[in-house]
Amino acid sequence: MTKIDTSRPETVLPTPSHTVGPFYGYALPFPGGGDIAPVGHPDTITVQGYVYDGEGNPLPDALVELWGADPEGNVPTADGSIRRDPATGGYVGRNGVEFTGWGRIQTDANGHWYARTLRPGARGRSAPYISVCVFARGLLVHLFTRIYLPGDDASLAADPLLSRVDASRRDTLIARDDGQGTYRFDIRLQGEGETVFLEFQ
Amino acid sequence: MTLTQHDIDQEIAAEHAAYEKRVADGAPVEHHPRRDYAPYRSSILRHPQQPPIAIDVSKDPELVELHSPAFGERDITEIDNDLTRHHRGEPIGERITVSGRLLDRDGRPVRGQLIEIWQANSAGRYAHQREQHDAPLDPNFTGVGRTITDADGGYRFTTIQPGPYPWRNHLNAWRPAHIHFSVFGSAFAQRLVTQMYFPADPLFPYDPIIQSVTDDSARQRLVATYDHDLSVPEFSMGYHWDIVLDGPNATWLEEGR
Repeated sequence: MTKIDTSRPETVLPTPSHTVGPFYGYALPFPGGGDIAPVGHPDTITVQGYVYDGEGNPLPDALVELWGADPEGNVPTADGSIRRDPATGGYVGRNGVEFTGWGRIQTDANGHWYARTLRPGARGRSAPYISVCVFARGLLVHLFTRIYLPGDDASLAADPLLSRVDASRRDTLIARDDGQGTYRFDIRLQGEGETVFLEFQ
Repeated sequence: MTLTQHDIDQEIAAEHAAYEKRVADGAPVEHHPRRDYAPYRSSILRHPQQPPIAIDVSKDPELVELHSPAFGERDITEIDNDLTRHHRGEPIGERITVSGRLLDRDGRPVRGQLIEIWQANSAGRYAHQREQHDAPLDPNFTGVGRTITDADGGYRFTTIQPGPYPWRNHLNAWRPAHIHFSVFGSAFAQRLVTQMYFPADPLFPYDPIIQSVTDDSARQRLVATYDHDLSVPEFSMGYHWDIVLDGPNATWLEEGR
């Protein structure tokens, strides 16, 4: 059953996904989860938004994870996002110096989330983006999407994903520039303006 | 009108029959739940109605989703994987050892990746402020642990057997005892959050969350196996649970898949 015999590849089948449930809040979020950018870094941007359900109501219990390249387009290799204090077992948090590229934010009671991270550089043929994974009570399998930043129209037009997405839905993947390095990115799980979600194969 | 267990049972049976028919008609086996699974009421307004856009990773090895965030020794402490030692006193309940391996779709060990767990205490109560279930909190048990997989993809937790608990999906809804798992692979695209169950739980047929996995064989893969060799003499009962991550990773590209 759940002892996998790796010498028999036909028995190596995926473990099914389940919802994160309503009670992860004391386990998964951590202080400074959205403060991904090293302190005072000149390439810091703020990304914020809401997560909405099919009736347009914000989710107070969604969990958003972000993962992105550094400003040069390199994949971060530093650990230390959730550093623990060996004396107390509590969190000491990030060191404010290294860039791990990964963050985790629980929406607040208003359904709002924010992160301060570094502006991602381009990799391969893609326009720069931050990868997003969304979890929530009621969501039986997490959802992947991407936050593209506006500004470089040529690069966005040439992006292999964006160029395949129907024009009427494409903007759900592009954050809105609110000025001063702040971007707005809402996630709509269902219905009008539904965010484009991705499946990696 | 009050939604009863009988109503939910009928919906679960209908979803199961619909899945069996799809497979009989030639549709592929479904390893994961459908996000649109009405017996679990919270899913109704929280699932996308548009199909996801598929990304063929073999066309672009540079995708950041083919890499994973890094976690290291400083992200865990030595006893983070022993949930019975996080307070001064002994938690109440049956001590258990839960151990297994983290594997990819090709059966290869996934090394050095973060596994986080959380669970209710032995009375079926989470140490969560919004949990309103009228069962006792245990001052010596929080129910949160983490570890990093070893060179063989192995992990091991010592904890307390969680209790089943009621919830409000429908009248007299009870969750079978389970431990929540959050797992990272070698690629962000392999990310998994799931729940591990215990053998032969009588609540399985009634629970719309485990039944959201409509494939009988896939559902069994969520249930740990009692393993006497993992039981620690005079201390704990042992359960074995291997986890297989779905989704592509960078190794697939290196091998030209």
